[in-house]
Amino acid sequence: MLKFFIRRVALTVPTFVALMFVTFVAVRLVPGDPIEARTGERGIAPERLAQLRHQLGLDQPVWKQFLDYANGLIHGDFGVSIVTKTPVLHEFATLFPATLELSICALIFAVVLGIPAGVIAAVKRGGIIDHAVMTVALAGYSMPIFWWGLLLIMFMSEYLGLTPVSGRMDLINYYFEPVTGFMLIDSLLSDQEGAFGAAVAHLILPSIVLGTIPLAVIARMTRSSMLEVLGEDYVRTARAKGLSPLRVVGLHALRNALIPVVTVIGLQTGTLLAGAVLTETIFAWPGVGKWLIESISRRDYPALQGGIMLISGIVILVNLIVDMLYVAINPRIRHG
Amino acid sequence: MKEPLLSIRNLTVSFDTARGPFKAVDGVDLDVAPGELVAIVGESGSGKSVAMLAVMGLLPWTATITADRLSFDGHDLLALAPRERRRIIGRDLAMIFQEPMSSLNPCFTVGFQIREAMKAHLDLSRAERQARAVELLELVGIPEPERRLRAFPHQLSGGMSQRVMIAMALACNPKLIIADEPTTALDVTIQAQILDLLLRLQKESGVGLVLITHDMGVVAETAQRVCVHYAGQQVEMQPTRGLFADPHHPYTAALLAALPERAKGRILPSIPGVVPGLADRPQGCLFSPRCRFATETCRRVPPPRMGSELGLALCHYPLVEGVPQNREIAA
Repeated sequence: MLKFFIRRVALTVPTFVALMFVTFVAVRLVPGDPIEARTGERGIAPERLAQLRHQLGLDQPVWKQFLDYANGLIHGDFGVSIVTKTPVLHEFATLFPATLELSICALIFAVVLGIPAGVIAAVKRGGIIDHAVMTVALAGYSMPIFWWGLLLIMFMSEYLGLTPVSGRMDLINYYFEPVTGFMLIDSLLSDQEGAFGAAVAHLILPSIVLGTIPLAVIARMTRSSMLEVLGEDYVRTARAKGLSPLRVVGLHALRNALIPVVTVIGLQTGTLLAGAVLTETIFAWPGVGKWLIESISRRDYPALQGGIMLISGIVILVNLIVDMLYVAINPRIRHG
Repeated sequence: MKEPLLSIRNLTVSFDTARGPFKAVDGVDLDVAPGELVAIVGESGSGKSVAMLAVMGLLPWTATITADRLSFDGHDLLALAPRERRRIIGRDLAMIFQEPMSSLNPCFTVGFQIREAMKAHLDLSRAERQARAVELLELVGIPEPERRLRAFPHQLSGGMSQRVMIAMALACNPKLIIADEPTTALDVTIQAQILDLLLRLQKESGVGLVLITHDMGVVAETAQRVCVHYAGQQVEMQPTRGLFADPHHPYTAALLAALPERAKGRILPSIPGVVPGLADRPQGCLFSPRCRFATETCRRVPPPRMGSELGLALCHYPLVEGVPQNREIAA
């Protein structure tokens, strides 16, 4: 178990090195640089441009810049944002709880709906429910996030007036200092009546939008995994004991069917964080996704590089945790 | 004969396939008295497992089951609601399967799986269930039962797994156990052990046992009565001694002739051809393409069922002392 863990951790090192290189190059492949992006159409005197470039170290050879950046990362320094002049790590830490809160809610939405939908589809395979679930899943998987988000806003917020259009909170009615950074928790801590409800209302649409693709993937995976497991001999044994269908399917079959599903859920963290970039932009959600988009338009190299490295680190970490979880739910690996 | 525990009349199971319905079991009759040991023999694909799975209610939804009678212990299994049926299955009627390794759930401990049936059917406390599980493992000859109960199935050998399956079947003191080729998947050395165990337990507890097998040798040593299945049909049923002494159906005779112990010449006789499938089902007697004695009538007309003096043989010309009867009448 420990050996497995150490090997698994060691395998992430090359991934990080490659990531470091790719983000550095990709960020610089975008035309323009931070200073041009800030001056815009006004233009800037060549001397002033050279001076600012020198200040930011952009006049140095690219390989030198990369080494400086890599050196900083190794020492845990993610650089300082060119625009806000605050450390990237600090900005990220301030914004990340918003993204995390949204992602967790989206994942809960996807798991809570996706697993039962997949199970029901598998049990009723070939039936109307099965076809309906699979059609909806395919549609959900293929739908562009931004379009789906706009549709939901138009229908739920504009037409029905059920949910707020954007943001995390009604800032006119409620204000409280962030304690944990999670609006659901902070609103409860603030003791302001209705604040928690408002926080929940703001979360609903973004969670649905962000959770749609993972929901589709989880439902499809659960269904196919369940179909395979339902044909296994041990499911027949469970039925031969005279157990209820709920226990046979929900315990004996599902426990085995979940093993691949857990892996898929882990892989969805990448999808979630990538989807968060779009979802946060649509719903003006003040998280790292929106911040990254803004950083791109500002050509804020350190913010982009640091932000992508941090998000990638989180994805890699979550996958590591999922691998550990996989071991926990699969006794064959645990005792292997 | 006492009032039968299990009584089957004209059981038919057909599966919906892409090429139309396929009769896997065709008109099977069987009575099993309490404490009796009946063997069902036949080649692979002869429908012997499917017939018993139909009794257990374990066939997939693509199967259509019809029978004139399908009763167990006074209950009409065909009329029973699923919930009522589940009260009998696993308690009074248990089954042991062919593949012990894959028949145990890999995600749960052996103890959990043994205690589960008791929890569903018996009114026992947690401690009593645990004590019974230990007792059961001792009964089936597993050393260190407390430790084995905490083991996962992948930590057990095939023979050990089958012992666990037997313990599971015995958990609620069933009246009848159906053992579907319980030794086929095991090593030859283990096969004898498991079979001996099963027979000892059957004798000790007086449970009825239906033993599905394709091993005539096993049948000779164990069963009181034998059913011979061919291509989904029951072709003969006789007390074991009578069947071995004077088989009435040519298929039974051919099966017995293929036993190494009974072979007379240097070459072991075999039955040419294979069991007909969905596409190549003969018009008349299903065994006619492989039968030594087949006539034009056999190939065209489905055979009648003979009386019990002729082993209920499904044949136009049942054998007596190896000689086809009725021939002059039909010809």
